[in-house]
Amino acid sequence: MSAATELMNKESIEASADSREFLTFVLGEESYGLEILKVQEIRGYDAVTKIANTPDFIKGVVNLRGRIVPIVDLRIKFHLGRVEYNEFTVVIILNLSGRIVGIVVDGVSDVMNLQSSQIRSVPDIVSSIDTKYITGLASVEEKMFILVDIEQLMNSHEMELIDHVQS
Amino acid sequence: MSIDMSQFYQAFFEEAEELLAQAEHLLLDLNLESPDPEDLNAIFRAAHSIKGGAATFGMTDMAEITHVLENLLDKIRKNEMALTADHVDVFLAAKDVLNSQLEGHRSGTEVDRSIEEAVKERLKDFYEGQATPKVSENKVEETSEREKPVDKVSPETSSQPKVKETLIHNYRVEIAKLNDKDSVNLQEELGLLGEVSHKRLQNGNVEYLVKTEDDPETIITICTFIVEPEDITITEAKDASSAKVEAVNTMNLETFYVVVESLDEKDIANMKSELAILGEVAYSRLPNGSHEFSLKTSDGQAEIISICSFIVAPEKLKISNTSTDESRAKKEDKPSTNYIEEDGFGLFEPLPEPVNSSSEPLKSESVKEAKEDGLQEGSKDKMPAEVKTNQEVIPAKTEVVPPAKAAVTAKKETEKAGSNNENTSIRVGIEKVDQLINLVGELVITQAMIEQRVSKLDPIQNEDLVNSIGQLTRNTRDLQEAVMSIRMMPMDYVFSRFPRMVRDLANKLNKKVEFVTNGAATELDKGLIERIIDPLTHLVRNSIDHGIEIPEKRKESGKSEVGRLALSASSRGGNIVIEVSDDGAGLNRERILSKARQNGLPVNENMTDNEVWQLIFAPGFSTAEVVTDVSGRGVGMDVVKRNVSAMGGSIDIRSAPGYGTTMSISLPLTLAILDGMSISLGASIYVVPLNLIVETMQPKMEDIKTVTGEGLMINVRGEYLPIIPLYALFNQDTEIMHPTEGVLVILEAEGKKAALFVDGLVGQQQVVIKSLETNFKKIQGVSGATIMGDGSVALILDVPAIIKMGQNNSQGVYQ
Repeated sequence: MSAATELMNKESIEASADSREFLTFVLGEESYGLEILKVQEIRGYDAVTKIANTPDFIKGVVNLRGRIVPIVDLRIKFHLGRVEYNEFTVVIILNLSGRIVGIVVDGVSDVMNLQSSQIRSVPDIVSSIDTKYITGLASVEEKMFILVDIEQLMNSHEMELIDHVQS
Repeated sequence: MSIDMSQFYQAFFEEAEELLAQAEHLLLDLNLESPDPEDLNAIFRAAHSIKGGAATFGMTDMAEITHVLENLLDKIRKNEMALTADHVDVFLAAKDVLNSQLEGHRSGTEVDRSIEEAVKERLKDFYEGQATPKVSENKVEETSEREKPVDKVSPETSSQPKVKETLIHNYRVEIAKLNDKDSVNLQEELGLLGEVSHKRLQNGNVEYLVKTEDDPETIITICTFIVEPEDITITEAKDASSAKVEAVNTMNLETFYVVVESLDEKDIANMKSELAILGEVAYSRLPNGSHEFSLKTSDGQAEIISICSFIVAPEKLKISNTSTDESRAKKEDKPSTNYIEEDGFGLFEPLPEPVNSSSEPLKSESVKEAKEDGLQEGSKDKMPAEVKTNQEVIPAKTEVVPPAKAAVTAKKETEKAGSNNENTSIRVGIEKVDQLINLVGELVITQAMIEQRVSKLDPIQNEDLVNSIGQLTRNTRDLQEAVMSIRMMPMDYVFSRFPRMVRDLANKLNKKVEFVTNGAATELDKGLIERIIDPLTHLVRNSIDHGIEIPEKRKESGKSEVGRLALSASSRGGNIVIEVSDDGAGLNRERILSKARQNGLPVNENMTDNEVWQLIFAPGFSTAEVVTDVSGRGVGMDVVKRNVSAMGGSIDIRSAPGYGTTMSISLPLTLAILDGMSISLGASIYVVPLNLIVETMQPKMEDIKTVTGEGLMINVRGEYLPIIPLYALFNQDTEIMHPTEGVLVILEAEGKKAALFVDGLVGQQQVVIKSLETNFKKIQGVSGATIMGDGSVALILDVPAIIKMGQNNSQGVYQ
């Protein structure tokens, strides 16, 4: 067995033992993390087709290999970072229980393996992201990562991505 | 043992549905005076297949009714009973009951048991009414089998189809109870198969010697035109080579003995017929009073148990490979091996030869004859053995006949059904097909992108590449067409359900209607075909109820008493046109107008005929003088119109008083593809369904009017239409702010017209419709999206919604 596969095995054992992998990304000055299993792919920002009468953070829809996928700019939604679109703009394509949505962020940084012991609970603070969508905070080497439940967030009323039954 | 049956349910439902439809079709086409025996057989087969399936899946209600149906059909197809219109009626009723039962099982809902019982009773009445003497006769036959062993179809006939060979066979066909006239007829019939000679035996039976390539089944089929199948006995005399083939073919067969301790008379018969589905079966009563069925089959024990479990609890069954009655088994086995090795037929069970232990002279007589004829070559020395076998075995074997006969029919059915299904179609889930269509759609877009990029290259330097791309373009186009055609279904699927309805309706209304269809082979998308059924049904009902007059009235006006209702489909360009036309009274302009006035619709005398005809699509509109339970309530035509519009189609009426009415529905070929006009607005491109565009125009300043200084109107040849500026509706930036600088697209949807103000027209093209809702939500004013040639996404406008938005949205009105 080669060293590489050994390492991989070791990692996968670690991963299964009460730890999860997160994709971390940057919005403005802050670092966020979302469960890697929700990520389908990461791609650059293409021309989108604007959709009438939608909030400005919904950039529109793109053609993702024949699928029509909506693109949400989280920077606009949460008023973070400078909103500009260039060749470095990154779109994370999420697969949320079969629904495909793209989010625009400032940048993707890393994939991290976090033990549950590294994840702290969220204090009651006021933020533009409702704390109920924040599953925890993780500090790794002096840096704090905000872990979001991206599926709940994207399905929420405020994202206006899906039709909600009027209650 | 338990098998998970649920996975087969769907297959059964689909198959049963098809069989029912097929049966109905055949029933309607039946010629009462001289029904085609093949049709009767086909109906019988359909009923039998459904019965088998229903019993397998434990749907006893369906099995029961098909059983009764089958009994009656069987009588008719054997010419024991004349076919009458009443029969057809009750068969159709039974078919309806079966349909509702099927639906009930499928959806898990309850069905109306009273109708079911009534139909079953009627079937039984028919069956017993004329059948009582026959039934008793059957019983007599069964009991007197010893005296009349000729009433048999030898078991080997059932296994005959397994042997596929073109060798000439020599068959000895013995027919009981045949008069001279029939015997001549029969000889002529059999003469169609090959060489025939016939002679009358001493016992009054007639013996034919047939030399043919066909199998015994064909002979039986032919004979059944003239005589009862029970009265036919076929034995075969073969040469050595064919005997070997047959012997080999029998090698895989295994013999099982199924022993049941107690069984009543009815169940014995049921068991026999059930087991006969698997192979050859013989029944005997063991000395200890239990019942033994010996079954020769290629199937395993499991199949036997599952088949028997419909009648007997599995724990009561004893299945073994050796007979419990040892002595009998020995006697039986020995001669039967002789048979296989030396004679090559009588696969396993010793043949109940048409020779009888109780009538010695007759036996030797027939044997002698067989010898003399020299047809049973090489079998001479075996004859004594054969005779011996029969003598010993016949008492126990007399009951072999009915199951063997059943096996003939059963095999025939399964073979036919099997070959039909396997050869003509495969069942594929619609989602698989859609996935394929999607993938090909993407391939086409990618190909278009490549083509676009290649077109920018120097065509001389890259000649090879350009040529190859051209080839690729053609291939992808062919591929797309082929894939799209998978979803296409012939209109026959729709048309085939109308003859029945027309017949019933015409009867109910005492009208005479001749129903003709045209272009049943025209193909339409499956999604559309299912949705067109309801509107078409409505139009057909309307035509019969309101269009075609009663016979007296027709006579008065010099028309033939029989009205003509035609349903036709044809493809014109990218559309399918479906027409329902009758030669009835035609639409009555005056009555429609007066009715419209009563209903408060805006009408005037100057309206064109076409405009008047369109009034009948208004909700609640009916000109029928009497409300019948067929139609006349005024609900319907508006629904028809709405349904057709929802499919992207339009409906057109042509009518002349006294000459009839034609309703013409025009539909796009498929739901997935839309003929669209792309329009530009600022930097975006939108697609408008072409069928909703009336015209486009560049308006002149003097044609644009304002209402109370606000809303803009355009005067289109005297008609004032509201102008809906798309940029205001969609809050989108554009430099073109006044209609005179842009283009007005006149739209018409749901009876309303409006002028949509856009920047310009881009072009007309077919687009593949994609749903926005898959990953996003419904957007007002947008019905979907599509991917353009360059890979970008364009939104498809929801025209009815836009017209509504234009009316409601005061912001949307041009300031």
